[in-house]
Amino acid sequence: MTAVRPPRLIGQPAPRPEAARLASGAGAYVDDVDLPRQLHAAFLRSPHPHAAILGHDATAARALPGVAAVLFWDDLAGVVTPLQTRHAGFPGLVSPPQPPLADRRVAYQGEPVALVLAASRALAEDALEAIAIDYAPLPAAADAATALDPGAPKAHPDLPDNLCWAGEISGGDVDGAFRDAALVVAQTFRFTRHTGVTLEPRGLIAAFDRASGQLDVRISHQQPHQLQVYLADLLGLPMTRVRVIAPDVGGGFGIKMHVYADEVAVCAAARLLGRPVKFIADRLESMAADVHAREHVVDARMALDAAGRITAFDVADRHGLGAYTVFPRSSTMETVSAVRTIGAPYAMAAFRARMQAVFQNKSLIGQYRSVGHPIACTVTEALVDQAARTRGEDPLAFRARNYTPGAALPFTNPAGVRLIDLSHAACHARLEALMDRDAVRRDMADARARGRLPGLGFAAFVELTASGSEAYGAGGVAVAAMDSVTLALEPDGTVKGEASVSEIGQGIAGTLARVVADALALPADQVRIATGDTRSAPHGGGAWSSRGAAIGAEAALGAAARLRAAILAGAAALLQAQPETLDLADGAIVDASGAPRLTLAALAQAALFRGHEFPGGRLPQLAVAHQHGRAQDRAVPTNGIQAALVEIDPGTGLVACRRHWVVEDCGRILNPLLVDAQIRGGVVQGIGAALYEACRYDGEGQLLTGTLADYLLPMAAEMPDIAVAHVETPYSGSVLGAKGAGEAGTCAAAAAVLNAVNDALAPFGTAIAELPVTPVLVLDALARRQAA
Amino acid sequence: MSARTGMPDSLDTKDSVDISCRVNGETVAARVPVRQSLVDFLRHGLGLTGSHVGCEHGVCGACTIVLDGRCVRGCLLLAAQADGAEIETIEGATASGRLDALRAEFVTRAGLQCGFCTPGMLLTAAEFLDAGGGPDRSEIRDALSGNYCRCTGYHAIVDAVEAAARSHPRSA
Ligand code: FES
Ligand code: FES
Repeated sequence: MTAVRPPRLIGQPAPRPEAARLASGAGAYVDDVDLPRQLHAAFLRSPHPHAAILGHDATAARALPGVAAVLFWDDLAGVVTPLQTRHAGFPGLVSPPQPPLADRRVAYQGEPVALVLAASRALAEDALEAIAIDYAPLPAAADAATALDPGAPKAHPDLPDNLCWAGEISGGDVDGAFRDAALVVAQTFRFTRHTGVTLEPRGLIAAFDRASGQLDVRISHQQPHQLQVYLADLLGLPMTRVRVIAPDVGGGFGIKMHVYADEVAVCAAARLLGRPVKFIADRLESMAADVHAREHVVDARMALDAAGRITAFDVADRHGLGAYTVFPRSSTMETVSAVRTIGAPYAMAAFRARMQAVFQNKSLIGQYRSVGHPIACTVTEALVDQAARTRGEDPLAFRARNYTPGAALPFTNPAGVRLIDLSHAACHARLEALMDRDAVRRDMADARARGRLPGLGFAAFVELTASGSEAYGAGGVAVAAMDSVTLALEPDGTVKGEASVSEIGQGIAGTLARVVADALALPADQVRIATGDTRSAPHGGGAWSSRGAAIGAEAALGAAARLRAAILAGAAALLQAQPETLDLADGAIVDASGAPRLTLAALAQAALFRGHEFPGGRLPQLAVAHQHGRAQDRAVPTNGIQAALVEIDPGTGLVACRRHWVVEDCGRILNPLLVDAQIRGGVVQGIGAALYEACRYDGEGQLLTGTLADYLLPMAAEMPDIAVAHVETPYSGSVLGAKGAGEAGTCAAAAAVLNAVNDALAPFGTAIAELPVTPVLVLDALARRQAA
Repeated sequence: MSARTGMPDSLDTKDSVDISCRVNGETVAARVPVRQSLVDFLRHGLGLTGSHVGCEHGVCGACTIVLDGRCVRGCLLLAAQADGAEIETIEGATASGRLDALRAEFVTRAGLQCGFCTPGMLLTAAEFLDAGGGPDRSEIRDALSGNYCRCTGYHAIVDAVEAAARSHPRSA
């Protein structure tokens, strides 16, 4: 092959190709499509966190106009099996089966109990009110902190206790490091649950054709292939008879990567009734039954030597994961992710983390943007600031001394994280250049003059992206960590393709098209990559763990290389030339002098319509496929640093974010516009976690935040401008060198904000170690100072 | 004139009412259940699916439409209340061309990712600009505060509206 030309499109900013259509109101989200004879689903959900179901009566509901069926678990049990998470990577995992509709007992508030199918959603909801359920409430396990105490209420009466899984990660001489430490800082951190709140709620239309035995599911989802595998398994259908289509998706963030009990129940109902069933979650049921995220209590301590060098971390995480370990990936990935990157930016010598994940009578915890990492980052960076403050040192100077130096890489740290291709010092220097500290000092002085308490906080981070098959596949979970791309040359000389990556708004389909267009020297709009339909797209990972650029784009590049070779071989045969003497330029096959010899359209037409012209009848293979997965590196680490400037109103306790800065290194940037969009969107979700978002339950397991009036989301007026800059250290294990970028913003934003809040509180000798930082927490902290 | 009964709610007959209104310049007559929200009628009765439903309780702004010249939340109004009203949805505003410049800024600056908030966001931003709103970023942020976006973090949306404000033909 001829030398690779410098890229024309990779690295250039470009909006996602679908943007203009979506901004015209022409999106086709799942609720925008109706099917003939479709029924609408509504779920009767448990009002109790924990209760036995003694009986039910749906006679009145079934008699209502427009009601086609009222289904309970016994009605579905013949066509679908319960969800039961198994993951060999978590030895000893306790995982009770989770029937799609409750079977004689409800284990969390919001658990689906009955499913009504009616001619409209309104009629279905009418029928919900006419169903009588005889509940006998049981004691609820709500508080994770006491869940393992003797005599604590059990989330599942048949289990010996509430322990779902416990584990330990350790390396190096932790006890020795703490024994010899010149300084130890310690803190207990609390992280309240929050959730993803995709603006488009979850939803699907399932249609089952009895004649062919075919189930078609159109669903707002991030992993159509994963869902296809599991629906086939749960419903006892061959995979070829299950088609999953993800249309335009109105936000995912991890919320739409699971197999939900209610969605499985809808598919089972469609199969049972032989009519299409549509279910669109309303916001109330989204708040109760979408996966929640986080919920940790972390006891952490960090040891330092006399020179102020971090030597060790020792942490214990208690994670409350709800009533079931989420299907199919397991909620326990959360606790591992929450501890694994503690201390990861720094050259520590010893590490120990003990993890306990416990059942509760609450909604399930699932993988949500930056899974666990924000916990690790907050714990680490808060301790780092605490140490710097104790030593009377500038927090940036403290960090600069402690980063794992580039020269030490690759380095497998005592937590077992393999660190490669990182750039802490460069990101740090870039942040200092980006920030204009003099202007920040002026802003802070100005805030003080207005009676506010300003604070500046930093958070360095390591985010593990583009997870390999070790994460799930090795544990026996059918989740692809590789991605596939098919490409074909069309008669008009354009290229069409299908990819297993999922488009959920991040713009990956267009980005892959640009990678292919670059490799084939085509204009970007001459390549079209479709995603989301398991009937046509080859199997692969979808959208999880920030894998699109790192894995999907590599698959696209591989497919483009194959197509390029096939084009040159086909052209060489027609032109009686050697393939090595030919190249591609501007939609044509050119010779060594750069003169066009044949357009791509002419080649495609010859192959497709006049195959007899090829010598020996040897048709070029102008439809190709390529799959990419990594053999080395369990994950691709990325790094960066964020800074936040906040102001506290000491009268109200309100925290206002004034400025936010991010420098991150996601390796080679394929599309800077979309990378920055991911970073900023991720930062604001992190600020939400830092200051506003909380799924609150009372002590009995009753959800108190069922609406968007109770569950606070970041709004435009409260959010700061976010300055973003990059360092590009290509991933050494791939051709393109791209790493994940979708979660880095969320990883460290909350940590930077918490550190900024504590910087503002530092003059008062008080600090906060809980997220979200509510006005009450701030006022309490200020009162502690006054009381002292 | 088109007459639609808004299937499949036609079974919901016990309390329904006849309405007539103008939607995107067309006269529409329909029988609607009295409890049906305006956005549900527009989406499922008339097939105007560009208005989205994010919360159904008046918080998120995804259902924003223009009613008698003002942005309103389609989930907080009943279809029955639209009798005699002049309604414009994202489809009509797009077809009229009045959003062209603003939409182009949203597209070029990645002011949308998943696009679910975008129709409501565009209509609200256009109302801000038409009312004489300028390029001041904090004013723009205030004006958009009733419209949630979960994807962009708002920065790029503010960029887009700011750019549009700089080139907006404002009446003197
Ligand atoms: S759907 Fe109307 S404001 Fe959210
Ligand atoms: S672009 Fe997805 S909610 Fe705004």
